[in-house]
Amino acid sequence: METLVVAVLLTFLVVIAIGIIVLRDLLGAVILLGVYSLVAAGAFVVMDAVDVAFTEAAVGSGISTILFLGALSFTSHKQKPRGHDSVAALVFVVITGGVLIYGTLDMPYYGSAESPAQTHPELAVRFIEESGSEVGPPNIVTSVLGSYRGYDTLGETLVVFAAGIAVLSILGLKRRRPEDEVLEDAPGDTARGASDNQQAYKE
Amino acid sequence: MFIAATIAVLITMALTLTRALMGPTLFDRLLAVNSFGTKTVMLIAVYGFMTGRPDFLDIALVYALINFLGTVAVLKFFEYDDPAAATYQEDDY
Repeated sequence: METLVVAVLLTFLVVIAIGIIVLRDLLGAVILLGVYSLVAAGAFVVMDAVDVAFTEAAVGSGISTILFLGALSFTSHKQKPRGHDSVAALVFVVITGGVLIYGTLDMPYYGSAESPAQTHPELAVRFIEESGSEVGPPNIVTSVLGSYRGYDTLGETLVVFAAGIAVLSILGLKRRRPEDEVLEDAPGDTARGASDNQQAYKE
Repeated sequence: MFIAATIAVLITMALTLTRALMGPTLFDRLLAVNSFGTKTVMLIAVYGFMTGRPDFLDIALVYALINFLGTVAVLKFFEYDDPAAATYQEDDY
């Protein structure tokens, strides 16, 4: 049953991705991108990666939708029609995708009991038996994330922190602008400034 | 029973996804996407009960909030940043 649900969700992902590519309306594409992230997060939940799913839902479906909308408010809704079909790009992308899929062939199957992490003679036993005295927390996952794999977690936290700063700086730049325009009190700027104010309020 | 419910929710998701992809107007897409998000929440909830882990409900609740947030953001965009609403006056709100 889990396989069926995951398979259907992944099919949805492919269909949505093709829809995003085909769609010429950029606002519609942004809306579909939000759905894409939501479906991906649902698939992660079904595959028991709840922490990844949370990140995917919050960043992909929440923050990037708002960022894309902010970008769209400065440009047009319609994608310009392109005169030529770039066959070379398609070939390149297909080759890259093929190489990536070829790379996954060496990885253990999803949930496999023969994966190196499971078959290593000391790893799991060490975590289960020693982590309480070596690290402290009763939750083994916390010990692995915070201590045994600490540098990896530190890198992840840095990336998330940098992304947060970037988002805040982009949103903060937008919030500061309407004050200058309102101070100038130019008649043509009123509508623009009001809508910016409204947006700052929204954010 | 949960299996039947899961399959039914998946079929509903496919239907709303079809509407989201076909359009024709942006509002059709937005409504379809919103109900698609609701179906995702339901899928996670039903799947949690099917596999005997009702704590998936918390995750489903967070997804409901995020889905609502995205829809409200897009609707705000419709209301204030649409080029057709360029003549919008400050007195209007």
